[in-house]
Amino acid sequence: MDTINSAASRETATRTINWSRLFAGWGWRDIPVLIVLFMLLFGALFPFWWVVRTGLTSPSSVFSQTSSLLPVNTTTQNFERVLGLVDASELARENPNISIAQLNFWIYLRNSFIVSLLITLGQTTFSTLAAYAFARLKFPFRDQIFFIYLTGLMVPGIVLFIPNFVLVRELGWIGTYQGIVAPFFLMTPFAVFFMRQFFLSLNRDLEEAATLDGATKFGIFWRVALPLIQGPVLTLAILTFIQSWNEYLWPLLVGRSEDVRVLTVALGIFREQTPQGAPDWAGLMAGTAIAIIPGLMIFIFFGRKVVDSIQFSGFK
Amino acid sequence: MALTKPKTNGSFLDKITNNEALLAYIFILPSLIGFIAFYAVPALRAFYISFQEWNLLSDARYVGLDNYQDLLNDRRFVDSLRITVVYVLWNIPLQTVIAIFMAVVLERFSTGISTLMRGILILPWLMPNVVVALLWLWILDPSIGIMNEFLTWIGIGKQPFMGSPDQAIQSIAGINIWRHAGYNAILIFAGLKLIPRSLYEAAAIDGANGVRQFFSITLPLLRPVLVFVLVTSVIGSFQVFDTIAVTTGGGPAGSTRVVIYYIFEQVFERRIRMGTATAASVILFMILVTITLIQMRFLRSKQSDLADYS
Repeated sequence: MDTINSAASRETATRTINWSRLFAGWGWRDIPVLIVLFMLLFGALFPFWWVVRTGLTSPSSVFSQTSSLLPVNTTTQNFERVLGLVDASELARENPNISIAQLNFWIYLRNSFIVSLLITLGQTTFSTLAAYAFARLKFPFRDQIFFIYLTGLMVPGIVLFIPNFVLVRELGWIGTYQGIVAPFFLMTPFAVFFMRQFFLSLNRDLEEAATLDGATKFGIFWRVALPLIQGPVLTLAILTFIQSWNEYLWPLLVGRSEDVRVLTVALGIFREQTPQGAPDWAGLMAGTAIAIIPGLMIFIFFGRKVVDSIQFSGFK
Repeated sequence: MALTKPKTNGSFLDKITNNEALLAYIFILPSLIGFIAFYAVPALRAFYISFQEWNLLSDARYVGLDNYQDLLNDRRFVDSLRITVVYVLWNIPLQTVIAIFMAVVLERFSTGISTLMRGILILPWLMPNVVVALLWLWILDPSIGIMNEFLTWIGIGKQPFMGSPDQAIQSIAGINIWRHAGYNAILIFAGLKLIPRSLYEAAAIDGANGVRQFFSITLPLLRPVLVFVLVTSVIGSFQVFDTIAVTTGGGPAGSTRVVIYYIFEQVFERRIRMGTATAASVILFMILVTITLIQMRFLRSKQSDLADYS
């Protein structure tokens, strides 16, 4: 861990990019590596461009101009249509061969946000509390309970999803937000484990000093430990948000109904609905582009944090 | 926060906040409820349901090991196991080799570039599987996808991709390689950073070339990271579902019906058979535990070869 931390801090130091420095000591021999680098960049980014390009192309041109790298007959009506801003029926009449869809992605966006925010808030809060108890407080059966939590990491999702589906059904929560949120709201073994590692790495001296000053156990947690691990809490929140946003199978099992349908499920259903004629690629890609935005925002604002947390998870 | 002031000693709230064990139980209570309700009990219940015949509508009936027996006699299930293994064998080796390659390339660059690149390379991983599946479904469309335009242009000719049973599972593997290779490359990159530079310098003095250095220094010393990458990606790979559900729906001709898709069908697409579905999930669980133990053992995950050099 030490090596990674120091590497990370060194990188933070060189955050401002000095282009002449970046390529200092480079020669002609390095050109193949540069070519490989650009190929990797192209491979990672081109598919995203292709989604945007198709979303901006008029539905009929998608079928006639298949190899144009830029949008053809550029239009934003696909985006407006999947967001329910314009009536798609006229467009459907103009293109009888394409199954033009009218959707309301606003609802699904809203649902995805509600579900992901609820899960993120609940899971981060409760897992952090539990992690602190496991890391710093003494109580009977502490290590046994923690060990049992860890075994939960081993069980594949599908083993739990079917009984959880039965449980949610018995509770009458099929087609409700609480049904979609429930299994992830109170904890995941990973979240508890992740936060516990950070509490363990805190210097005990501060907490002992606070005890001598007469702070209660809760006061130490609230005023000493918690402020020190704000960074990791934010990281966990970001990871949880990404995961909840991306989840497909569970909301597909319990949340197919329109009013709680999340974006991933909606995209899956959109894809299935091709009654006759050619699929509505322009609309589908506009919807896909919208679903990309949250991940993109996280990448722009928290990219470094996510990269660091991935590296951390490999060295626990 | 009056709670932290010592003078409030003796108040009821203070007793709670300063009783370590009590406070601890209050702290873990929500997570404990969550764990019991959505992990522990369901895990046990999965076994219980797997011994029953149950369609959710009428009462469950105990049938012993019949569900397991039925599964092993069901061609579709046995095929789904085979297809899953084929998927894993396409997915994992390629993905790991590409990830190692990416990590080694990244390491050649200064930290500024490599930090930016690492960010870009995990972009696919930040996206929902559903999104990744849809965008590749479009790129790989057999008749008008851009990939076939490209393949025609360079003279290879059009490929059916997910339209043909011969290429469908490989295409799915390719899609998921695209999503995960960058993620694994970041893990491996962090492992590369841990290898002392002095080893390479010593090897260079001894006359070992780059390739030799890679196989006798880099690869052995990466083992702990590679074990982690392999174990987690193999476990994930066996549970592939989203990509298939959105693109092929198990087809064409059942060629992409992997285990989880089979289980999904038992609950949602055919006659509801909860017992069979959970029995299949229990079998998958057993397979995963076995594979994990074998991998850990085979790759001696705990020890690093770095010890041999010091």
